[in-house]
Amino acid sequence: MRENVLLGTRKGLIVLARSSNGWNVVGEHFVGAQVTYAVVDHRTGRWWACLEHGHWGIKLHRSDDRGATWEEVPAPKYPDGSEISEGKPASTKYLWVLEPGGSGQPQRLYLGTIPGGLFVSDDSGSSWSLHLPLWNHPSRPSWFGGGMDEAGIHSILVDPRDSRHIFVGVSCAGVFETRNGGETWAPRNSGCRADFLPDPEAEIGQDPHSVAMCADHPDVLWQQNHCGVYRSNNAGEQWETISQSDDESPVHFGFVVSADPSNPDEAWIVPAVSDEQRIAVDRALCVCHTLDGGKTWQTYRQGLPQKNCYDFVFRHGLDVDGDRLLFGTATGATFSSDDRGQTWQAVAPHLPPVYSVRFA
Amino acid sequence: MPTVRVAQHLAHQFPIPRKCVAKGRTVAEVIADLERQYPGVSRYLLEDHAALRQHVNVFIGEKPVADRNGLSDPVSEDVDLFIMQALSGG
Repeated sequence: MRENVLLGTRKGLIVLARSSNGWNVVGEHFVGAQVTYAVVDHRTGRWWACLEHGHWGIKLHRSDDRGATWEEVPAPKYPDGSEISEGKPASTKYLWVLEPGGSGQPQRLYLGTIPGGLFVSDDSGSSWSLHLPLWNHPSRPSWFGGGMDEAGIHSILVDPRDSRHIFVGVSCAGVFETRNGGETWAPRNSGCRADFLPDPEAEIGQDPHSVAMCADHPDVLWQQNHCGVYRSNNAGEQWETISQSDDESPVHFGFVVSADPSNPDEAWIVPAVSDEQRIAVDRALCVCHTLDGGKTWQTYRQGLPQKNCYDFVFRHGLDVDGDRLLFGTATGATFSSDDRGQTWQAVAPHLPPVYSVRFA
Repeated sequence: MPTVRVAQHLAHQFPIPRKCVAKGRTVAEVIADLERQYPGVSRYLLEDHAALRQHVNVFIGEKPVADRNGLSDPVSEDVDLFIMQALSGG
């Protein structure tokens, strides 16, 4: 079990530590700055913080001593002449996710950004380069922003069996897969629906809010999409809808999905009301859990606010570590569970809006 | 050389003195010299394509910079150049 949690929040990086009485805030870094994603590279123990200063732009910091000191490294930069569309220069606006490379790639890191660039580092983050095959994918001119001004990459999944096999999730475009280390990419959105498009089954234009992989069964993928919840058991070749009707459970809209690393049939989501509102369903917060690949879902509410609650959870706002789960909401509440989500305890009720939660 | 005065907000985020000097005949040249003296600072001021960041402002004396993309505004030897966060940034 991991004894720390990194919270990327609207007002800085907040560190939680586990003690006999549960989780407590034990540290804060970059106070006042948006920390859009914070994560530990478990290969090295190095902490990473992705910042968005508002005025001064995006920044990237790393720490080799668990936050005692930080080093700013050059943030990824689009090459001269890069354009989002004709006449519109590309500039890094948001660092959405940082993901370590696969086995045999000890110094490789990936960064997903807005406006849609995947950046790669092969020197442990000291320098970054735009991954051109995906940036130059023929579909990219038709990518568009969902909730953000431009398209962005928020999910990067590296197959533990094969470092050259990678998925990315793009809002809005869909899921893309490479099996050759990025030389070529193909959309993997069959079975998904984009109800906001003239053609809901369009191959490009889907909005996967987050995509998760079962580490021990990497062909099993989960997706909390703008238009439902999906699962694939064949590495994205085909997605099956696992949303439920309103009278069954609130499993439909939301942002986050977390997969159990061992059980390919087990995952958690935190439902919300549609894109038009983005609030807790019936003003009551719940976590939904499946043990059978999404055929049925249990809805857990014990310990979560069930009245006058407007909280929802962003796409990186829930993490799983063994029997422990922890999530933070868009309105700054945090909750933990020691029993795989069945019951919850409030951790800190008045934090800044939480963008990311990662055990460290 | 022009005197450069930097907003406290920036000096809190990046190790640069509130007041320094930098040579250059245009805003672009002054920022290039600041980058030479304080490596990394230009990424706080400029977008990837070297335009002034949307929520950063530069005043040449009392006059706001006009060419936010090319930063070609002339800068005289005895002028104060102010770098600050724009109110548009919230």
